[in-house]
Parts: sequence; structure tokens; C-alpha cells
Amino acid sequence: MRPFVYERATDVADALDRAGDGAVFLAGGTNLVDHLRLGVRSAERLVDITRIGLDEVEELPGGGLRVGALVRNSDLAAHPALRRGFPVVAQALLAGASGQLRNMATTGGNLLQRTRCVYFQDVTMPCTKRDPGSGCSALEGYAAGNAIFETSPRCMAVHPSDLCVALVALDAVVRTTGPAGDREIPMTELYRRAEDGPETDTHLVPGELITHVDLPPLAPGTRSAYRKVRERASYAFALVSVAAALDVVDGRVRDARLGFGGVCHRPFRARRAEEALVGGPADAAAFAAAIDAELAHARPGRDNAAKVPILRNTALAVLAGLADEGARS
Amino acid sequence: MSEPTGPTLLDPVQMGRPVGRLDGRRKVLGVAPYAVEHEAEGAAQAAMVASTVPRGRVRSIDATAARALPGVLAVLDHTNAPRVADGEDREFAPLQDDTVWFRRQPVALVVAESSEVAREAAALVAVEYDEEPAEVGLRPDSPRLYTPEKLSDGSESDTSAGDVEAALAAATHVVDETYATPYEHNNPMEPHATIATWHGEDAGLGDGPVLTLVDSTQGVHAVRSSLAPVLGIEPERLEVVAPYVGGGFGSKGAPHVNVVLAALAAKALAPRPVRLTVTRQQMFALVGYRTATIQHFRLGADADGRLTAISHDVLEQSAAIKEFVEQTGSPTRSMYAAPNRRTTHRVARLDVAIPFWMRAPGEMPGMFAHEVAMDELAHRCGLDPIELRVRNEPDVDPETGHPFGRRRLLECLRRGAERFGWEEGPRAPLSRREGDWLVGTGVASSTYPANAMPGNEATVTFEHGCYAVGIGAADIGTGSWTSLTQVTADALGVGLEQIRLGIGDTRYPSASVAGGSSGLSSWGIAITAAARAFREQHGDRPSEGASATAGMPDNPDLQEYALNSYGAHFAKVRVHADTGQIRVPRMLGVFSVGRAVNPTTLRSQFLGGMVMGLSAALFEESVRDPRFGHVVTQDLASYHVAANADVADLDAIWLDDDVETHLNPMGSRGAGEIGIVGSPAAIVNAVFDATGVRVRDLPVTADKLLAGLLPQRERDHVLGDASA
Amino acid sequence: MTRINVKVDGVDHTDEVEPRMLLVHYLREQVGRTGTVVGCDTSNCGACTVHLDGRSVKSCNVLAVQADGHEVTTIEGIADGDRLHAMQQAFHDCHALQCGYCTPGMIMQSIDLLNDNPNPSEDEIRHGLEGNLCRCTGYHNIVKAVQQAAGAGVGGGGGR
Repeated sequence: MRPFVYERATDVADALDRAGDGAVFLAGGTNLVDHLRLGVRSAERLVDITRIGLDEVEELPGGGLRVGALVRNSDLAAHPALRRGFPVVAQALLAGASGQLRNMATTGGNLLQRTRCVYFQDVTMPCTKRDPGSGCSALEGYAAGNAIFETSPRCMAVHPSDLCVALVALDAVVRTTGPAGDREIPMTELYRRAEDGPETDTHLVPGELITHVDLPPLAPGTRSAYRKVRERASYAFALVSVAAALDVVDGRVRDARLGFGGVCHRPFRARRAEEALVGGPADAAAFAAAIDAELAHARPGRDNAAKVPILRNTALAVLAGLADEGARS
Repeated sequence: MSEPTGPTLLDPVQMGRPVGRLDGRRKVLGVAPYAVEHEAEGAAQAAMVASTVPRGRVRSIDATAARALPGVLAVLDHTNAPRVADGEDREFAPLQDDTVWFRRQPVALVVAESSEVAREAAALVAVEYDEEPAEVGLRPDSPRLYTPEKLSDGSESDTSAGDVEAALAAATHVVDETYATPYEHNNPMEPHATIATWHGEDAGLGDGPVLTLVDSTQGVHAVRSSLAPVLGIEPERLEVVAPYVGGGFGSKGAPHVNVVLAALAAKALAPRPVRLTVTRQQMFALVGYRTATIQHFRLGADADGRLTAISHDVLEQSAAIKEFVEQTGSPTRSMYAAPNRRTTHRVARLDVAIPFWMRAPGEMPGMFAHEVAMDELAHRCGLDPIELRVRNEPDVDPETGHPFGRRRLLECLRRGAERFGWEEGPRAPLSRREGDWLVGTGVASSTYPANAMPGNEATVTFEHGCYAVGIGAADIGTGSWTSLTQVTADALGVGLEQIRLGIGDTRYPSASVAGGSSGLSSWGIAITAAARAFREQHGDRPSEGASATAGMPDNPDLQEYALNSYGAHFAKVRVHADTGQIRVPRMLGVFSVGRAVNPTTLRSQFLGGMVMGLSAALFEESVRDPRFGHVVTQDLASYHVAANADVADLDAIWLDDDVETHLNPMGSRGAGEIGIVGSPAAIVNAVFDATGVRVRDLPVTADKLLAGLLPQRERDHVLGDASA
Repeated sequence: MTRINVKVDGVDHTDEVEPRMLLVHYLREQVGRTGTVVGCDTSNCGACTVHLDGRSVKSCNVLAVQADGHEVTTIEGIADGDRLHAMQQAFHDCHALQCGYCTPGMIMQSIDLLNDNPNPSEDEIRHGLEGNLCRCTGYHNIVKAVQQAAGAGVGGGGGR
């Protein structure tokens, strides 16, 4: 690990003051410390932001939630309001990492975790995300984990987060503060596509700090769930994952939200499938047609083709389960 | 048959009791010292620099930036490192010349005041190479394939009896399939680590140790005998210490390059101790692994399912820098009866890291292929897979014609079938479903040779009313501290409280490695001999300081009997119809391994082997970069081993009255490997039973299953009733 | 160098550390608590698990400076004199260890698990220990040990 200076911010304003000049914000550090250790990244200064507040979950009028950026993953997953109103988010949180890491990892940090592509994590191999312009080793190398949506030869990596898949599906909004003032960024617009330049994962500007994540309320009666597919029964990144929320009234889909994980450079929002679903019948044929409309745009390679049928079956099963759950209540 | 000449068995008093681990308290308190926890006043820390090309020569090394870092003590490379005395074994000759044999070979070593500085400096060493074309993939048409002189178990590469081709042509039922197993890494939880202290020739008035290695190893004497000539030290002046070892699974069965590097660094910095810990990532390049195999298996059988031909052709891989030939076909030679038989091995020495022992080398991949092929044959013959094995049970060892010591395979199968609730009759794949899960069961046989390694010696000394027993054995987690104490107590006819066992140190007499399920057998033979010599020389009332030392008595039975352990594995699996995810709700192993010296530690060995078998069946694969040959899944996040939730109902039992009379005085046979042999096949056979999809290359993953599952899934989609 | 104040196993320590020093290295090299071991040093294996203010973390994945002002409990700080902690006793009794290298982290995570959920089901135990790998592999007995400790009231519950 390269040496760095450690500083501790006392509040948000102090954190912003300390940004810049090779500074990196340190929250839980679960991803960053590994990366410093592996040489994947270095920093002149680490600015510890864990003592600046932003560690509360606030219930908003209308049923939404405002989650502080420094709320720990384990605390958020256990929060009664989240479990009650947003089961898809709680399930996604608990599907990620391990108990120890969830105790350290923060909400904002989770949004900024970086790909687990084996070449990104190996400083002896070319990787454009780590070393801009050096090329993508996963194109001709180990490719089983590669993206199938919005693929680009510039970078084949997938976003690793579970939480973000749920947040993208639910139209969560990221609130930030920074040198140019405060911003509200929809989760669906936070991340860059590989084609836009994989060197940077998000559209945050240097020195910009995530303060909160807002979860807008779902219509009453909406069912939501997260399902993660992995070879191991636990403790693995997703082969594919599906976050879904479904509002069915009188047998017809009034609202549908679908996010896919493990398949794209960013947490993927399946808008084509949603459009096909809304207004249609909540039955197997309609679900299949909708998912297939999305999958028609998948571009699997030789080694990751299985992601397509696994994603299809998983999405169909999740939708069927939610429709069934709604019908039974 | 000759008169019984085997070992005189001990009367089991302490043996057979479930004695709790004697090292358990220290381990739960966190005070059992593994290699790096040992005191080493002022130790420097070393970090390796690895090559980034798979083949070629080091053109230049620029360590200027590294040396400039405060705290850096030395940067060693091929131009300035201490010379080895014997560099014939290239693995043990690091930094001796500019040749690069594989990607991630150490090409320099940084020694610094702290591990942080050493690692940072290692990243600053700039190496340039003259790269040469490399061959890194195991392919059936590899130009590098050759016939090895011997396999690593010392047996012939190729064997043949009868006319296999004619028998296959005449057979009623034929299985002719190719099976594959992947590269796998041992991954003990304790990374390989060494503290080396070079005392020099003048130490201890001329006869003290020249070099001390505190090392994480399965055999202190193996480290001594391997490295003393390399380093030019008299063997008795190379001291090796390893009281507690955090697992090895074969990878610590011999020293690897890291130990030599630690010794060279210590020599360069003498008398300052040097610590060298191999990082988890480096373990994927430097400390051995299981080679991949491609196995062409052919079985011919008559209408009744009696085997007429067994043919096993193995392709596997070794390293250009050093040969290691996995004995993949060895178990096939003794497993089932057939008049026409052949085994062959062809090996490609590639520009890659050096393969080595990994738990049941040979038996694990070889029996995977054999036992899946048997399942396929049972299916083709319309027979219950257990019945197929019953019909092909040999009377004598098919390979040597020797009688079996005690072959109780069929009893294991029958006992297991009863306990597992095995449904007799031919399998009907794809016939059970629980919700979204397809359910199946599978069975496979297991075998592992009973080994007693030569070169063991033990000493017994009466001290302060207790018997101090010394042997340079190892406890790598198997329970040797406990089970050897039990053996010693029975050998001397005293209680456990009177035994003071000493192992894990070359100050004790020579001992073979903890490997090949041979440790307890080999060490127990010497301990028993020493105890008997002690009683002969000193009687039952020895005086203070009385001592006796003995080696291993001749055992002619070893030449006259085929001595093997046997087992039967049963598995239940559930395969998710949507995703191809596989879960294993139940595993049962039934074993015949001779006497259970300690039922508690024995059971843990079985269960551990079975879980590692599950792990191999479903998860483990060291994925190589196809261009450079290094492992890209080089951490425990991307190299998946079974985690807790992958295990469910798990049980291991063993046959009653099982005493091996030909091998050792304890009546035991060893149990470290047999749990992993056959268990992957049982799971793969169960997956076939569940899905009707036969996967022949490990690990069985969703993508391999889905190709076969999907067509039927399309026919049988369960979403129909999901509408509101 | 940065000055930190950390209470380790009940004892206050004030030390100057390099900011890049990992908590596990601080515990081992500066405080002398070598019972906490390193298995992977990239947060994958769980062998280095300790408690930070009573909650489990992987100490190879936390900087020592992050522990400043906090309390760290290691495997060497949970026994009461000669009396093993009930979780240590359970691991000992149930033969829930072989090589023992994963054991310190496994015990610390098991305590955290019961603190969160005093009466876990078998499935909850297996998932609660997902971040702790045992290669030997004694998962079966480890689950039994956690059940025994739960029965002994480690997390405040009475066991199932």
C-alpha cells in the first residue's frame, strides 16, 4: 500500500473543504481498503467521513424514506420501515457481502463500490477501468462474468452491487453536495455506461459527496422482491440478480419496476420489459413477452451465454411470485 | 497364502475412545502459534516480485526506486542473491539465473523493516523481459504431450492386460466418454509462511543449527531433507519447526520456492531473521495445485453388466520448470474386475506454475471419471448402480493378483444404501420434483491405498514419571497431537496423562510427511516399535532418563497384500429448474478404513473430505488466463470453496469390527483422503438422476446444466397459474 | 504517523501508527494480539474477524486509524481468566475446529451472530457465518457449537 495522509472530517462542510488534491473520501472502507492494499488505487489523502453524521434513516411524508449516506448496511437492512415498505431493498442488502462487511459498509459507499472483474483487481494486467487506455483483458481472457447488456469492447465488467439493483428499480434518488452545490441525481442516471468511458463509474464530479438516498414511496399493494442467483448458496457475487416491484390491480399490471444485476456495466433498469408489462395482464405469457422484449437486446458472448436463460427464468419466476403474492392477499 | 507375518496388534485401551483434541483449548483461545506467530526478535519482512511474462528471460531489473524507500534492507535478484549449492531442482533455485518459466515466478525479493514497506517496494521494482512464445493450455493435440517415465506414486505410466479393443467391440454395453476435471488449488486457511534465521557455520560451537526455519509444513523432516542439499547445509544442522499448522491438503507436503527464498534472504541478512508470508494471491502460483485432466474412459460389459473391458486414457499437465505427474489412472487398476484392461498417461509440460499434491492426488480426479462412467454403464445396462458394482467385485487385486487385505466395498455400499434409504433398481432420471426443484440421488464408490511411508523413527524417554515421546511428525489439523498420544499410551500400556508427546520439530527423530493418509500409520509404527524397545530394555519400572529409539520393523505383508481403504458415497441433490442452481441437502459416507483410533477426529476427517468433494463437484475451478497461463481467480472471492450454507445434512459412518491386520500395530489405515474420493461422482450422478443431464466436466455449474435443462423447461413452464 | 487511542480487550492503548496500517497488523504487531490471524488479507475469508464496538468486522479490511476512539475485542479478550467464553467452550466441546486457523474469526463472528439473533435456526447460523471460510472443513460441528452456545444463553436467548 502506498502511504497516504489520514484526515478526519468533522462535518459535511469540513469534508467538502478537505476534498480535492488527491483526496479520497473514506466511509466504511470495505472496498477502498482492499483496493489500496492491492494497488488498484492510491490516494494522497484519505478523508474519513464517518463522523460527520448522515447516519439516520428518516421516514418521509407519503411513505418514502431518506437514508443517510453513512447508515451502515446492517442497520439499514434491519430498519423496520425499510423492511415493511421496501422488502426488495432489505433483501438486496442481505444478499450482499457478509455480516462483517455489512457492519462496516455504508449506504453511500455501496453505491460507489467497484467491479469485481478479476482483471480490474490484478494490477499486472491491462484494464482500462483501472488504467485508462490500457484495454480490456476480459475481452479475450476470462469472460464468464462479462456483461450482456450495453456491452462495449472498452470494458466488459459488470457492476457488483446488490443494493444498487434494487435502488435503480425503485427510482431512488441520490442527494449530493459538492463544490457546485447540492444535486439530486436519479439512481438510473448516476452510473456511466461502459461506452461512455469506463474509467469512471458514475457521473459524480470530483469532491462531490453523497449525503442521502431517497426512496420514493411505492403504491399501496405493490409487492417487491430481490432474487440473486449464484452457484454457492451464499457469499458470492451475483451470476445474475433481479429486483422487481409489481402493482397488480384487477389482474392487470398498473406499475412494474425491474432491475437486473450482474449483467451490465451499471445496475440495469429493464425499461423495455416494464413498458411491455404496464397495462397488460399479469400472466405468464405477458411476463414472458415482456422479459423477452428486454432480452432481445442482450449481447452475450461465448462464455457468458448462460446468463440469458438464467436471467429470463429468474425474472419470470420473480414476477410470477409477486403476482401470486398479490393475488393471495 | 503365506502365514500371517503382519504387525502384532496393540490392545486398544485409549485407542477407540473419542478423546477431545489436546490442542483444542489453545486453539479456541487463539494462543496456538502458527508459523508467523513465533517470536523472532527484530525480524525483517520479505515480499516477492513476480514475473509478468509466462516465458522468457529477465533483461533488466531496476530496483532503484525500491531501494530508495526508507526501511528497505535489500533487494535480491538473480544478479546478487546468495547462490544455492544444488540447483538441479529448478523450483528450489530461485534468483539463480534469468530464466522465466511461468507467469508469477518470483524474479526478485524485497526485504524491509515492515511488511508494508516490503510490499510497497516490491511494487516499485521495475523488471524488463525478453519474452518468448509460451504454451499454456492443456489441449488434446498439444505438441508437448509425452509419456512420462513414472507417475508420482512410483507406478508405471501405462499398463495393459488382454485385448481391450476386441473386448469393447464385442461388448453388449459400452460407455465411451470423455471426462474432465479442472485446475484446483488447495487453499489451506493458513497461508504458507516461514521465519528463517541464518546462524552461520560457527553457531553453537560448530554443531548448532546453521539455519532455523519456522515453517508452515506437513513435514519438518521433508523440509530438512529437501533443502539441506540445496542450501549446502548438513541435514542435522538445518532445524525446522512447525508445531501448529493451519491446514495443508498436500500443498505443504514439500517445501516450495517461498521457503528457499526466505532462507536465501536470511543468509543475505544474517543473523537477522526474515519473515516471508505468501499472500493468498501468490498461493495460486507458488505452492502447488491439482492439475487439470482430460480422461477418455471406456467400459465394455456383457448383457448382465459384467465388465469385459476397462480403458482409461489420461491427458494431464505438468510444468516446464519441474515435472509432477498426477497418478490419475492408478485407482482404475485395482477397482473392478475385468479381463481386458488398460491405463495410459500422457503429460504436457507447459509454461505454467508447478502442480503438486492436492488431497487424494490421482484418486480424486481418476475416481471421479471412473465412478461417473460406472453410473452411465448402470444406466445403459438397466441396472441399479450398486448392483452393477456388486457384479464386478474382484476376488483378488486385478493389477497384481495379490489378495486384498480386507476389501469391504460391498458392505459399505449396502450399509449406506440401508441408512440412506436408497431406492433399489435402475435409476429413472427426471422423475422427482419438489416445487421448482428437481430432486435426485446418486451413489459412488471410493478407494484409497493404505500407505506406510518408510523412514520413521521415534524415541521414548522416561522423565519425571512421564514418558516423553518424540517423533518429527505434524498436526496439520488432522488431530495428530491427540491420536498419537492415544497410540503411544497403548503402546506403552499407560494412561494418556503419562504421555508427553513431542512433534513438529526436527529435534525429534525422522518422520514422513502428514500426507497420503499415511501419517498416523507411519508414525504409529515407529512409536510402537520404540515403545516395545523401551519395555524390552527398561521393563515396566524404568529409571529416570531411561530411553529407547527404534525405527520401523520389516513388514513382509506389504509385498503380499493389496491394502486399500474403501467407501461408499451417497448424495441427494436439488437442482433449480429455472436457474440450474444445485444444492446438496444430504451426503452420507460409509467407510472401511480399519480401526478408528480416535472416532472424533476420524469423523472430522471424513466430513472434511466430503465437503471438499462437494466443493470440487460444484464450485472449485482455478481459471487460467488463456494467453498467459496464470490463474485469474486468485482469491477466495473468485475461487469458490464451499461455505457454511452449502452444507446441510452431512453424515459419515464406518464399518464395525474393522481392523486392518497387515499394515500397522494400531489396526488403522488412514482417513485423510478417502472422503474426497468418489464424493464428487456421487453428486454428479445425483444431478443426472435429478435432471437427466449428464455433465462430465467438473465443476457442475448452472451454465453446463442449462443447455440440457432448458428444452425441457420450455415444455414444462410452471408460470401458467400465476395470473391474478 | 497518526496518534490513535484504542481500547483492545479492555486495555487502553495510545500509539503512533502509519495511516496505512491495517487494524489486524496493529493488533498483531503493535499490541501483540497474535490470536487474530490473517488468511487472505483481502476481506474474503473471515479469519481476522474481531469486534469493533461490539460488532464484527474483518480486521484486514479496516485501517487502524479507523478504530481510533473505539473499542476492539479479539479472540484473546473474551475468556474470563481461565474460564473460556461460552462460545469458546462450545467450539471446544463440539470439536468445531481442526487446524484451528479459522477458529478465532469463526468464534468472533458466531458471538456477533447470537448478539443479533439469540436463537437462530440452523439455516440462519449457516448464512450468518457466510463470511467465514473453513477449509478443513468443519461447518457441521461449527453449527452445533453455535447451537450449544445459543442454548447457554450467549446472545441472551435460551436456544431452540
